[in-house]
Amino acid sequence: MHVGLTHFLIVSAILFTLGIYGIVTRKNAVMVLMGIELILNAANINFVAFARYGNFGLGGQVIALFIIILAAAEAAIALAIVLNIYKTFSNVNVDEIDKLKE
Amino acid sequence: MIMTESLLVNLSVVVLFLPLLGFATLIFFGKKIPKLYLFEVGILFGALILSIIIMYGKLTYFIDSDIVSKFRWISFSAAPLPGYLNIELGIKLDNIAVIMLVVVNIISSLVHLYSIEYMHGDKRYSRYFAYLGIFTFSMLGIVLTDNILMMYIFWELVGLSSYLLIGFWFEKKSAADASKKAFIVNRVGDIGMFVGILILFFNYNTFSFDSIFEKISAGLLPFGSEAWLTAAGILVFMGAVGKSAQFPLHVWLPDAMEGPTPVSALIHAATMVAAGVYLVARIFVMLTADAMLVIAVIGAFTSFIAATIAITQTDIKKVLAYSTISQLGYMIMSLGVGAYAFAFFHLVTHAFFKACLFLGSGSVIHAMHHEQDIRNMGGLRKKLPITYLTFLISTLAISGVPLTSGFLSKDGILAGTLVFGKLTGHWLIPFFGFTVAALTAFYMFRLVILTFHGEPRDRHKYDHAHESPFVMVAPLAVLATLSIFIFYTPNPIAPDAGWFLGNWVKTPEQVTPHTTRFDFMIPTETESHVHSEIVNSELYTETMHWAHYPAMIMSILLGGLGILIAFVFYQWRKIDIDKLTEKIKPVYNFSLNKWYIDELYEITFIGQTLNFSKALAWFDNNIIDGIVNGSAYVTRYASKLSGLFDIYVVDGLVNFSAFFSGFLGLTFKKLQTGKVQTYVVLVVFSVIILLFFFKPF
Repeated sequence: MHVGLTHFLIVSAILFTLGIYGIVTRKNAVMVLMGIELILNAANINFVAFARYGNFGLGGQVIALFIIILAAAEAAIALAIVLNIYKTFSNVNVDEIDKLKE
Repeated sequence: MIMTESLLVNLSVVVLFLPLLGFATLIFFGKKIPKLYLFEVGILFGALILSIIIMYGKLTYFIDSDIVSKFRWISFSAAPLPGYLNIELGIKLDNIAVIMLVVVNIISSLVHLYSIEYMHGDKRYSRYFAYLGIFTFSMLGIVLTDNILMMYIFWELVGLSSYLLIGFWFEKKSAADASKKAFIVNRVGDIGMFVGILILFFNYNTFSFDSIFEKISAGLLPFGSEAWLTAAGILVFMGAVGKSAQFPLHVWLPDAMEGPTPVSALIHAATMVAAGVYLVARIFVMLTADAMLVIAVIGAFTSFIAATIAITQTDIKKVLAYSTISQLGYMIMSLGVGAYAFAFFHLVTHAFFKACLFLGSGSVIHAMHHEQDIRNMGGLRKKLPITYLTFLISTLAISGVPLTSGFLSKDGILAGTLVFGKLTGHWLIPFFGFTVAALTAFYMFRLVILTFHGEPRDRHKYDHAHESPFVMVAPLAVLATLSIFIFYTPNPIAPDAGWFLGNWVKTPEQVTPHTTRFDFMIPTETESHVHSEIVNSELYTETMHWAHYPAMIMSILLGGLGILIAFVFYQWRKIDIDKLTEKIKPVYNFSLNKWYIDELYEITFIGQTLNFSKALAWFDNNIIDGIVNGSAYVTRYASKLSGLFDIYVVDGLVNFSAFFSGFLGLTFKKLQTGKVQTYVVLVVFSVIILLFFFKPF
């Protein structure tokens, strides 16, 4: 069977959906972050796939690299935030952290 | 001193404003500075001296020419009706004006002097002198003015000062009522005068006497008709009817005696009431025959009524008041019959002897501690010798006894009426004239006898009576002296021979068209007419010569008869006066109650006015107030409705929108859970929905 663009997109969609699912269903902030990583990676697959099958040159590859770096930075900042949240609320459950509502 | 016209005018302006200065000073500083009233008295004597100088200058250097000086008061360049309108005020010094000036100032200054003692101790002492000052100012204004508008202004000012002085003791209800009555009755006459002035002004576009007369003599008649000229004359005369207390507006003058007696002497006997006569003299030349007849009849009737009332009055001042009305009627009658010069002569002589009589009565009242009823007097001759003597001289003058001034002027008037009767056939007027002459002598001697002769009827008051001090008897002496013939003519039986009538005062020729004059007022065309000395027809002059002695003899006889009857009744008591009055009770009561004229007015004018007011009050209370209350009720009801609308509809809408917003907020705030995951779900679904609806591909 020939592996084409469609397959990459399907894998990417599955990853994206899993990411969303993770973000929506998990209570733990760390798990939510992991869902975000999945979404970012789904986007990466899309970029790389389009770079491979499209006619855009190396732009897609470069952006994928940027996203990896960005994801690392994001993870670092987000974990720092989560750490602070933990220090303040003694847990990291996202559905309990709703102080801003008031 | 060199007399120039401008000097005389300037002097007369000074004389005019001096009493006003006194008034202002006394009103503002009278209470603070004691003895300030002496300043006012001094001012009046200064004015007297100046006015004598004016009279001397006028009668010596300008005897045949009038001095007129005007200034523009108001100037409308484009008034709608006449196009342009200049109102000028000014001063006119003719012979009667300068003589009146001196007369007013003599009496006013003497009354001031007299009042120092008479009003002594009054709590409004300085105000009294202030009022006298403003009165003198207003009176001089009437005398000096050259136009009818200014005369009207000063006319109202004398009315005001008269009102203030009648009601000077306003704590007394009778005085307050009398001042109101005088003011209101005078208004009735003044309305007529005002309408007359308007007729003249509307037609001639000027207020000046001279200009009006010029235009009439040029043949311009008001609204082109002789009837309007007659109407204008009679209407202006109405002002004199009010001010000079002629029938039917004479009712205020007897009540005006509520004022202080010197005021009665100055205002209500000598000067202000004579202003009416002066006014008629001013407009004399424009009076038509019809207007003159009306004036003569009113004057004659007034003098008759007043004389019949005076014979039964018991209040010393009331007798003098009715005597004043009667004498004013004489003057008015005299003007009506064309005897202009005699009317003015009588005005002057009457001013002196009547002022003397009033001041004399004031002296008696003062001595008797405010007793005014002559039934409680008697025998005062011994206690008040100077008052008695001066009173007697004045009484002789008013009764027309020879050698007095009153004899001369009264004789002239009677001769005038006699000529009038003979030439026009109106014999009733001389009849009234001669009857009144007899009545006057009777009631005046009745007054003298009851007051000064016989035995004192109130022993207690008599014992306390004493002669008045010098400042009170000195004016009496001066005025009594002025009642002697020598000041007016050297010949005591021929008034025309003297300087007063011979040189100073002459009847002017009328300016009305010949068709509207009495025949005798048309000068006969002769060669000597060039100097316009002759103003009457030859027939008139002849008849006047004929009438001179009959009138004189009749007047002496009738006057003597009156005096004789008075002595028979009251001095010698030959006839029991009480029995006589009992016999003629209805006639006596008719006279005592003043012909029931006050009662008649009470029923007719006052009663009907009250009824009318009551009807109006009812209309006010029920109809007008009903409308007002009804509209108030409607307004209240409408407000209630609009209030309800506000509360339920407007507020409802506002509240509803607030409630709706709140509801929306409550509903949608649930969306904002604060849970990131919910938001993410929403975002995802939203994106899916958006992609579903807006397919980008």
